[in-house]
Amino acid sequence: MSILIISRLTIREAQRRRLLLVALIMGILFLTVFGVGFHYIRRDMLLFPPGEQQENFIYGFLLTAGLYATNLLVTIVAVLISVTTLSGEVESHIIDAIVTKPIHRWEVVLGKWLAFALMVLVYLLLLTVGLMLIVYWQSGFRFENIAYGLVMMTLGALLVLSLSIAGGTRLSTLANGVLSFMLFAVAFLGGLVEQIGGFIRNEAAVNIGIVTSLILPADALWKKALSAFQPRSFSSPMMAGPFAATTEPSTLMIVYSVVYLVALVLFAMWSFTRRDL
Amino acid sequence: MSDLLIDAQGLRKEFGPKVAVSDLTLSVQRGEVFGFLGPNGAGKTTSIKMLLSLTAPTAGTAFLLGQPLGHIASRAKVGYLPEHFRFHEWLRADEFLDLHGRLYGMDQRARIEAIARLLKLVGLEERAATKLGAFSKGMLQRIGLAQALLNDPELVFLDEPTSGLDPVGRRLVRDIITELRGRGTAVFLNSHLLSEVEKTCDRVAFIRGGRILQIASLSEFEAEAIQVIVRVDRPTPELLAGLALFGRDVKSGPSDGRILLTMSDPALLPAVARHIIDNGYALYELSPERLSLEDRFLQVVGEVSDE
Ligand SMILES: Nc1ncnc2c1ncn2[C@@H]1O[C@H](COP(=O)(O)OP(=O)(O)OP(=O)(O)O)[C@@H](O)[C@H]1O
Ligand SMILES: [Mg+2]
Repeated sequence: MSILIISRLTIREAQRRRLLLVALIMGILFLTVFGVGFHYIRRDMLLFPPGEQQENFIYGFLLTAGLYATNLLVTIVAVLISVTTLSGEVESHIIDAIVTKPIHRWEVVLGKWLAFALMVLVYLLLLTVGLMLIVYWQSGFRFENIAYGLVMMTLGALLVLSLSIAGGTRLSTLANGVLSFMLFAVAFLGGLVEQIGGFIRNEAAVNIGIVTSLILPADALWKKALSAFQPRSFSSPMMAGPFAATTEPSTLMIVYSVVYLVALVLFAMWSFTRRDL
Repeated sequence: MSDLLIDAQGLRKEFGPKVAVSDLTLSVQRGEVFGFLGPNGAGKTTSIKMLLSLTAPTAGTAFLLGQPLGHIASRAKVGYLPEHFRFHEWLRADEFLDLHGRLYGMDQRARIEAIARLLKLVGLEERAATKLGAFSKGMLQRIGLAQALLNDPELVFLDEPTSGLDPVGRRLVRDIITELRGRGTAVFLNSHLLSEVEKTCDRVAFIRGGRILQIASLSEFEAEAIQVIVRVDRPTPELLAGLALFGRDVKSGPSDGRILLTMSDPALLPAVARHIIDNGYALYELSPERLSLEDRFLQVVGEVSDE
């Protein structure tokens, strides 16, 4: 009950601060740009039809690029909207009158987490499903295992969200923002190194990637999503680059990510309960 | 249930090497207004924060409404106006009160009733639909006060509730405190405005450097409130003994034949004069002074040197 009061409050704040409106407008803009771009590329390509296989390859490539941008965008938005929520209210003392009510501090943390998770989920679905529908309507091309892949992407975004909420229980807003983005960047870089390593068969590079995905499995989850969407063309060398993955993360990585996520949320609840305000 | 609403035993708070509160031992009864007085940095806010479990004590125990610190359910009957009264500025005043009413677990009917009543009480009924971001400092403090009283608390902590208020607002807070006491609510009041404390509090504690120096009821202070300075040509031990019949704490002053004594009844002053003259002393000065709480404060808090 108290959890839901906090969740509602958090969503209402996002609404009052015009976060939802701006996010919606920018999302629509994003989809429009993609849709128009896709339309013209496809029209040019069909002047000299390259054959079905090549066509599908190009559709898959464009859609992957769109999803890649979405993944990045949603991750950044997840950090931006949540990074000040605890530290900011602690610094401004807004939290004082809240946590002295008959409510557990962990309920405050969980309530906020739920609200942000919902917002992140809706935004992610809006953009990804939007991209997929644009491609499908125009060309009839579609990815496989869509639900499974989207779950992987969601998991990655929620991980980063939970990281920024957990950091906010102890760190100042600025330090927390730096921490969350840097960890994400490290995971991203590690993923890139691993990919190149896999390509040139350099074991050390692959291991770096594995270590960074243990630090933050967000990038590994993105690759997992990708390999679900396009299981056959997955390891095609033509697909190399940041949009693709040459090494598919193991299923164990998913288990690890879920455990990681739960641990982050539990840590945030514990940590906030223990701190002095 | 016991009538001790606050019962603190040896609460202590250290911030690293800094001891903010060294030994907070006090109790507050139902229906009592307790003033907590001390200079800046004395540890008043830290004490309240420990009692409200905003910060964890380094040592010591305390009970609030008969429950150990941190007990969640009993917080439903505790109100708190923080020193830094900052609230969600994007909420309207009535929405803000509604939110806190929900957090208190009040049902909708109780919330609607209390919100209307309290907005009126703090003089903001016409600003119910104004966002808190557009409130002035004093208006924020008023709405914060309303927030603290939402659920008919049994115990209210007010940390400098009048720091941002105009004279009318201060008067209002005084009246509210008096009314709360009448209803049996205990009030724990941090304040630097001693004239107000004097008018509202039953008991006060003086704190400095994290230590409680004195706890006394205001009626005790009043009973000893007149300090009389007597100046004669030659103060003798016999005269001092004779004056002790009229008052307490008779002592000879630092110089020039002054004698200090504390009396509770000004009607005895002529008798004091007669006693001095009848015994053959030359009387140069006989001046009674009422000790205000401020004098008291300076006496008690000022005489302890900083360590
Ligand atoms: N979070 C903190 N970290 C370190 N020291 C602190 C902290 N909070 C308070 N202190 C120190 O504890 C002491 C008591 O502070 P407190 O806020 O309780 O004073 P106060 O009596 O409320 O003063 P004021 O009248 O100015 O409000 C001060 O010396 C302060 O510097
Ligand atoms: Mg203070």
